[in-house]
Amino acid sequence: MSTPYVLLGLLASAPRHGYDLKRAHDERLPLAKPLAFGQVYATLGRLERDGYVEQSGQDRAGGPDRTWYVITDPGRDHLDEWLSAVEPPAPHVTSTLFSKVVVSLLVADAGRAREYLIAQRAAHTARMRELTAIKSRPGAAIGDIVAADYAIAHLDADLRWLQTTLLRVADLEKEVTG
Amino acid sequence: MTVLLSGRDIEKSYGPTPALRRVDIEVGEGEIVAVTGPSGCGKSTLLHCLSGIMRADAGTVTYRDQDLGLWSEARRSELRRSEFGVLFQFGQLVPELTAAENVALPLLLAGSGRREARKSAMSWLERLDVGDLAEVPPGEMSGGQQQRCAVARALITAPRVLFADEPTGALDVLTGEQVLTGITEIARDRGMAVVLVTHEPRIAAYADREVTLRDGRVDATGLGLGLAS
Repeated sequence: MSTPYVLLGLLASAPRHGYDLKRAHDERLPLAKPLAFGQVYATLGRLERDGYVEQSGQDRAGGPDRTWYVITDPGRDHLDEWLSAVEPPAPHVTSTLFSKVVVSLLVADAGRAREYLIAQRAAHTARMRELTAIKSRPGAAIGDIVAADYAIAHLDADLRWLQTTLLRVADLEKEVTG
Repeated sequence: MTVLLSGRDIEKSYGPTPALRRVDIEVGEGEIVAVTGPSGCGKSTLLHCLSGIMRADAGTVTYRDQDLGLWSEARRSELRRSEFGVLFQFGQLVPELTAAENVALPLLLAGSGRREARKSAMSWLERLDVGDLAEVPPGEMSGGQQQRCAVARALITAPRVLFADEPTGALDVLTGEQVLTGITEIARDRGMAVVLVTHEPRIAAYADREVTLRDGRVDATGLGLGLAS
């Protein structure tokens, strides 16, 4: 989960309050699930407990009280460590798509698995078209384009897997039910 | 949606090998339709039959309610010069001519004056960000630059339908994307229909709709690969 590190990264240059962090998170990571306020404050609470951030003051700019947070030195070290660490490239193959194919074969047959694969392919294709429209809009922000690129590349990989699995589903059925 | 171009029961064989078997397809005014499927499924053959580059063995191709099979070869050639644009994987520019001369060629063949054709070619080259290459021959351009010139040449006659056969197949991902974005933007601006042949799902995603072929037939599952026969 990268949310705590994104918040630390946003705090690295200047103190911010919760609302500001939420807004900056959603702006910098377009197309991601918008951060809920509850999640912002819960994450800040954990970061504060662990000594990575601390409160630097409060104000009330015509609304409710706002608490400002700053990153601490241990917070900077923690962030630096995370940035340098290479993410393990998926040591285990876990995917709901794959699980559904196997369970379809366990409880039904190759026909059921194919029905699922075909429906999933349609859903992936539709989403890929939506994302392509977002990135192809005249004047699209580069942040939106890069985020859409990431999602499209992953959908593309899934689509290739869906197509190949359709070719292999009969053989897989023999192994799973044999 | 008003149907602009349609194929009904199209069949085509190469010797004893069937390439298309009773294929039905419709393309609406201003619609971008991707024709997808694995290698050898008949995608390019369908594009050739729809664009009139090749005659189908059976079935009808209708353009603006006219059965093109009833037209003379001369009239169909005229249609290809004026209302259809064609773009292939490799730009197929004339190596001895400059970019501007290549792009102006369709207008000159259609009888336009040299000055007018040149002016229009320059404007298309600029729109596709290769205006600075007007005096350069294809051999001195990158693949992406050549393909942009080929797009300009395909669009200079303001066709109502662009037939594009794997137009980004020879390009790297980013360059291919730029070429495709250019084509789709122009198509949306002008209400031009596009028949886009590709085997890449991410390229097909630029289209409004996808028609998938498998073994020369339209595959209703949309998978192309897949259901073992």
